[in-house]
Amino acid sequence: MNYFPDEVIEHVFDFVTSHKDRNSISLVCKSWFKIERYSRQNVFIGNCYAINPERLLRRFPCFKSLTLKGKPHFADFNLVPHGWGGFVQPWIEALARSRVGLEELRLKRMVVTDESLELLSRSFVNFKSLVLVSCEGFSTDGLASIASNCRHLQDLDLQENEIDDHRGQWLSCFPETYTSLVTLNFACLEGETNLVALERLVARSPNLRSLKLNRAVPLDALARLMACAPQIVDLGVGSYEDEQDSESCLKLQAAIRKCTSLRSLSGFLEAAPHCLSAFHPVCHNLTSLNLSYAAEIHGSHLIKLIEHCKKLQRLWILDSIGDKGLEVVASTCKELQELRVFPTDLQGGGNTAVTEDGLVAISAGCPKLHSILYFCQQMTNAALITVAKNCPNFIRFRLCILEPHKPDHVTSQPLDEGFGAIVQACKNLKRLSVSGLLTDQVFLYIGMYATELEMLSIAFAGDTDKGMLYVLNGCKKMRKLEIRDSPFGDAALLADVNKYETMRSLWMSSCEVTLGGCKRLARKAPWLNVEIINENDNNRMEENGYEGRQKVDKLYLYRTVVGTRVDAPPFVWIH
Amino acid sequence: MDEFVNLKETELRLGLPGTDNVSEEIERVSCNKRALQGDTENETESSMMKMETCPPRKAQIVGWPPVRSSRKNIIQTKKNESDSEGGRGVYVKVSMDGAPYLRKIDLSCYKGYKELLKALEIMFNFSVGEYFEREGYKGSDFVPTYEDKDGDWMLIGDVPWEMFVCTCKRLRIMKGSEAKGLGCGV
Repeated sequence: MNYFPDEVIEHVFDFVTSHKDRNSISLVCKSWFKIERYSRQNVFIGNCYAINPERLLRRFPCFKSLTLKGKPHFADFNLVPHGWGGFVQPWIEALARSRVGLEELRLKRMVVTDESLELLSRSFVNFKSLVLVSCEGFSTDGLASIASNCRHLQDLDLQENEIDDHRGQWLSCFPETYTSLVTLNFACLEGETNLVALERLVARSPNLRSLKLNRAVPLDALARLMACAPQIVDLGVGSYEDEQDSESCLKLQAAIRKCTSLRSLSGFLEAAPHCLSAFHPVCHNLTSLNLSYAAEIHGSHLIKLIEHCKKLQRLWILDSIGDKGLEVVASTCKELQELRVFPTDLQGGGNTAVTEDGLVAISAGCPKLHSILYFCQQMTNAALITVAKNCPNFIRFRLCILEPHKPDHVTSQPLDEGFGAIVQACKNLKRLSVSGLLTDQVFLYIGMYATELEMLSIAFAGDTDKGMLYVLNGCKKMRKLEIRDSPFGDAALLADVNKYETMRSLWMSSCEVTLGGCKRLARKAPWLNVEIINENDNNRMEENGYEGRQKVDKLYLYRTVVGTRVDAPPFVWIH
Repeated sequence: MDEFVNLKETELRLGLPGTDNVSEEIERVSCNKRALQGDTENETESSMMKMETCPPRKAQIVGWPPVRSSRKNIIQTKKNESDSEGGRGVYVKVSMDGAPYLRKIDLSCYKGYKELLKALEIMFNFSVGEYFEREGYKGSDFVPTYEDKDGDWMLIGDVPWEMFVCTCKRLRIMKGSEAKGLGCGV
């Protein structure tokens, strides 16, 4: 390949887009490393503390798109205290100072401020796409800056963020001359929306493909919006509250019938059931349906809707659909690839809406299923073994039995054999979450069979350090391991320190690791940041000159090439 | 009043010793919102109801189940709405033919008809018989009925539980000849 001029090699590289492949290319030789780094368009940084902006810019001076992830996954469930970190400001400042022509920024679990958004909006002339997932720290004022200043914006996609809604006029900050909108998702905003500004914006956006509204958009406004945008592909309907206005419903039905490109439907935050039938005419085209926020809709109405959705590939639903409803899904949705069933009763021990029967039915009926997230009250080994036999193609298998330590409800045995069957059958399994009563045995199976596993979530499981060791020794492709409330301690943590260099991160909370163990690990592995998060004691632990036998509440360690971070709050100690 | 003070010591509850405070805390919050506002008679009434019929809720574990706050809020909102809507019959009066005074129960304490009827049987010391879809309750002189939003007296058990909780205004346990009119199969 050295006989070709660089431009030719670069042209070949243009066809290689996955991060993993580009990383591999860059390792071939010095010349390829150089060509690759100047031509990389999309940079993915899975842990914002593994590298810093200066080194990013030195290696990739010409990128257009940056993806950054901040807090660890368990932050979604409030296990990471406020102020821990993940600030995007230093990144945007560094990028703004450089000559990078940033066009796309995708952030997940980061702290974003209005100041950051303002700086972003002013610094990059060709900025096109902002995607914020599970972020916090900003308000609608920040959105107003983006709307006002980003002349070529195409995507503003806000997913599950905590946004301070000042009920301002951010939507009216898009200039009248602005017509390039393709994606607008503000479903997570809690406050009122300027409906007039929204309608005018949608009316002048011929390229609009994805529109996800928040709860403040009533039915009649929805009808008008859909009438303005019949080309819509992805729609989030907001509250969909029934105002007993049959005229609105008729207008909506008429508008919906014109939306022949509609493929994805979500929202229904406060939906009244009888208007759901307005969508029946387009159901046969739907490939994605998210009803997981529709707590108001009774299972029977959900089923009536789903019966029309024969092409569904992705379904997110609440467990109010019941086992019977899942049987309907299994017999109707033969193209189903991804299913998520969320709980409606968080306390467990009550209404058994979905059980192992629903899971088995789905596995039997949907041959293309490869991703599942299933919350339920009870499970059996027999069911899991059947599921494994029916569906050996799982890539993601996440089962959450609501009650910790719950055994097989028929045999009272641990669920080791059931999960063992899953990992043995599913040779491509990349992500696994286990739950219920589990001994070290399940981890032996995981270590033995889950050769492709990259992410494992463990809660209330295992008996001894051996469990964790089986996983660390066996799963060669492990990248993210997160463990809570399990009896794994220093012996497991310290057994193979080099293992952590092959992983992105390890989270352990309410386990048996001690301060002494963490310190020993940090000494042995200077390429790791070993963070101890102790909100309650603050500095009392260290000051007492403790021998380090005290248990650590939360441990988060990750490989990094830039050493200890400087923005850690006082309750986070980094060794 | 005094007799209620010591009831807690002798009551039978599910749960490990030493977890009293936590589960009581949760119960008080979830079943007994109104008790704090009412007069003492209601308070003791409700607390006795709590002990007899409310299943003890488990202590909340931080970050469990692994569900985002935005989802938890949706479910919580739904629960709060059904709890706090006055006319929707969360606390309803219960009368029994022949009993000298009425009682009050909190419908949101129960997951379904089985639990509710059991609680009523204990409260009024009677037996309700077996429910049949066509004939109603057979095997007892007593028939559980309720008054719905429209003012009609309906047989308990015909409609889905959630619908019942939303539409029920008061309960009445009918007895004897009057009960026969509602299809008691005796």
